[in-house]
Amino acid sequence: MFTIFVLNICSLFMSPRPSRLRKISNPPVISGFRPYGNKNIKGKVEAVFLHFEEYEALRLCDYEMLNHHQASVLMNVSRPTLTRIYARARQKIAEALVKGSQISIEGGKIYFDSEWFLCSSCGCYFNNPEKQVEIKECPLCKSTSFSVYAENNNNEEEEEEEEEEEEEEEE
Amino acid sequence: MKVAITSTGNNLESKLDLRFGRCGYFIIYDTETKGMEFIPNPNKDATEGAGPASVQLVASKGAKKVVSGEFGFKVKSIFDSLQIQLIVLKDNEKKISDIIELLNHENLN
Repeated sequence: MFTIFVLNICSLFMSPRPSRLRKISNPPVISGFRPYGNKNIKGKVEAVFLHFEEYEALRLCDYEMLNHHQASVLMNVSRPTLTRIYARARQKIAEALVKGSQISIEGGKIYFDSEWFLCSSCGCYFNNPEKQVEIKECPLCKSTSFSVYAENNNNEEEEEEEEEEEEEEEE
Repeated sequence: MKVAITSTGNNLESKLDLRFGRCGYFIIYDTETKGMEFIPNPNKDATEGAGPASVQLVASKGAKKVVSGEFGFKVKSIFDSLQIQLIVLKDNEKKISDIIELLNHENLN
């Protein structure tokens, strides 16, 4: 009885668990795609909004040729979630191709992976562009005494992304 | 491996430029051949888009690491996708020769 009571209370007052932020290792170099030569389509076609996380899933699975499990580890989500993101990405791209609409890459619950390190011997900050390779020494002075530096910009970027998403919802 | 360093002047005694996009000179230093190349920054007085244009310049020279004082957010994402490592040195008293010495330094341990 008690459990049912608790469950009822929970379903009434609690919102579902918020989704995990997806990690983006390599942001896209462009902000979208535009179709050309649409002779038969009259009027404006609505743009398809491909989220950053969907772009990233597509990049990992189809460009880097990783399997869903490996990709999910890199994006810091579970394997089923990655599969759902990937399926959504393909569906959106297919829709854009068929309808001849513009693809614009934006939004999504993401954070950029900008892991910064601080070297204690030369005092420089550096990042790791190749996420798959672990850093063993400072790139400048080759010393091994460095620590992970928590960057505040990370949170700002997250907030920006969330703001963008809110704007989208408003539209 | 090639390393790009932003510099205020065109000799080894000049100091590190803390701005990336609008620095005075780029120095492309090759850690294997010890050769270096001084390139005056064409985007020094650009009103807009100096960062991305400078990234193109640095990337076309084949640099794998970039040493500067600061990188803007536009530049950072481009470098990320080009897989070029960023090294931030917040020390404008460092001379170019000091940095090259650091790069040549063998493992301290």
